[in-house]
Amino acid sequence: MHPAPSVIFFTTSSGVGYGMLALMGILAPLGLLPADPWFASVAVILALGLISAGLLSSTFHLRHPERAWRALSQWRSSWLSREGVAALVSYGPACLFGLIWVYGTGYDTGYDTGQGTALFLLGLSVTVMAGITVYSTAMIYASLKTIAQWHHRLVPPLYLMLALSSGAVWLTAVAAGFGMVPDVLVLIALGALAVSGLFKVLYWQAIDNATPLSDVGSATGLGSMGTVRQFEAPHTEDNWVMREMGFVIARKHIQTVRRIVMLVGFVAPFACLLTIITGMGFEQPMAWLSVVFVSIGIVSERWLFFAEASHVVGLYYGRY
Amino acid sequence: MTSLPAQTQRKLGLVIDLDTCVGCHACVVNCKEWNTGGYGASLSDQDAYGAGPTGTWLNRVHSYEISPPDGPAQIVHFPRSCLHCEDAPCVTVCPTGASYKRVDDGIVLVNEDWCIGCGLCAWSCPYGARELDAAAGVMKKCTLCVDRIYNENLPEIDREPACVRTCPSRARHFGDLGDPDSHVSRLVASRGGMDLMAEQGTKPVNKYLPPRAKQKTEQTGTTRTTNHEPPAGGFLGWLDNALEKLG
Repeated sequence: MHPAPSVIFFTTSSGVGYGMLALMGILAPLGLLPADPWFASVAVILALGLISAGLLSSTFHLRHPERAWRALSQWRSSWLSREGVAALVSYGPACLFGLIWVYGTGYDTGYDTGQGTALFLLGLSVTVMAGITVYSTAMIYASLKTIAQWHHRLVPPLYLMLALSSGAVWLTAVAAGFGMVPDVLVLIALGALAVSGLFKVLYWQAIDNATPLSDVGSATGLGSMGTVRQFEAPHTEDNWVMREMGFVIARKHIQTVRRIVMLVGFVAPFACLLTIITGMGFEQPMAWLSVVFVSIGIVSERWLFFAEASHVVGLYYGRY
Repeated sequence: MTSLPAQTQRKLGLVIDLDTCVGCHACVVNCKEWNTGGYGASLSDQDAYGAGPTGTWLNRVHSYEISPPDGPAQIVHFPRSCLHCEDAPCVTVCPTGASYKRVDDGIVLVNEDWCIGCGLCAWSCPYGARELDAAAGVMKKCTLCVDRIYNENLPEIDREPACVRTCPSRARHFGDLGDPDSHVSRLVASRGGMDLMAEQGTKPVNKYLPPRAKQKTEQTGTTRTTNHEPPAGGFLGWLDNALEKLG
């Protein structure tokens, strides 16, 4: 599948944003994040900014972005529509939550019971909405039976875990910017990186060993007669279908790109965060370095997610 | 609304005979000719007279070589277009409601005024039947010539899809596949009409008729001396023996 930059940026950037929101929604009401209005405002604004930039970027993928509002109508059947609705709905609780959190005077003294309950409930709904939105994004891909590498039960958990791990790394870096990194946040980031890295390895093994659902014999219906091979293509040049779904450029480099993704996206940020949790110093540069690593890693991961996915229409063109 | 109808009153579709298709691409050309001026945006071409021309077409004809384990290889020409599936995934994935399946005849259409050009419907189609038009930025697909088949301004003989009307070897047939007594349903029943990629669960309406079994001829070798000649009798038999002795 053609890796469109707008879609890669959208899913990774909004993933980081929703990961951050999900963590803040749980950790802030429990008093596990720094009780600092500046930290809170930067974290909330950054998360919403990443999400908004991603959503905006996704409209560049559309040929008629002026009609994008219509995409909110078919939530009954379409995961793309559900994602759009969930993304818009989640702005409500996220903004309210941010306001209460930022302008509250502090967890231990400032909130009365009502405010505390409101923050807790809003935080919970922010986390749930973030999860639903990322899950819907994943299901856009996972629901496509035509692409075996996407129609896989590990795809939704992978999207959720990658959003959580990249969001945790970013949130850690924001906290480090204010010189107050809670250990629990670093531990969550380490755990999420380990789990998502493991999921990714399991996913690669699974898609490499999967038996294809369709072959050129079933695609043409001629398989029972013998070996089917394309003798002559229908057209001399390529067409939109081949450009969009017959992407074969990276296949010979897949193993190399996988190693890069694993090293840069998972091992390197994990190592950076380890230095923080073990108190080896250089907390700020290490936290920011882990953001650089995890961001490059997740963009490469998403690029690969497209590049290593092959669509069954390729069977007709001898390109599967 | 992109939810699929529980059932359609009729199942209009095509039956394509892979036995008689000669791969002339007349259906491809007539489809383009009719549909570029018909329903919705025209079917644009890019760099049409240049070195790398591409464009939007709703019908493509592949040619495949089939090598059976025993016997010579065979070429089968294979027209590929929208199969107007009963469980059309292209309809349910559409976020805007632009992609829909008609309740009265089962035709899958795109409302081009609502299409945002996201391309997701084309991703969901196993058959590559949908092409995003590079000029109009909307998804194009076979309409089963919806602007011909009900068109009372056309002579009755022309009220069928352009590809069917033009096929010189009569390899394409149009009718109601939901009616077991229609000529297309009878063709499917008598010739063992098949679904493409049934395992994808799309329940295609269009059917393909497999090539008829070739008469089994004994495989001939590559050199003349290995030819299996039938034994000759009479004068030719005597000559055969005489030549054998001389050689």
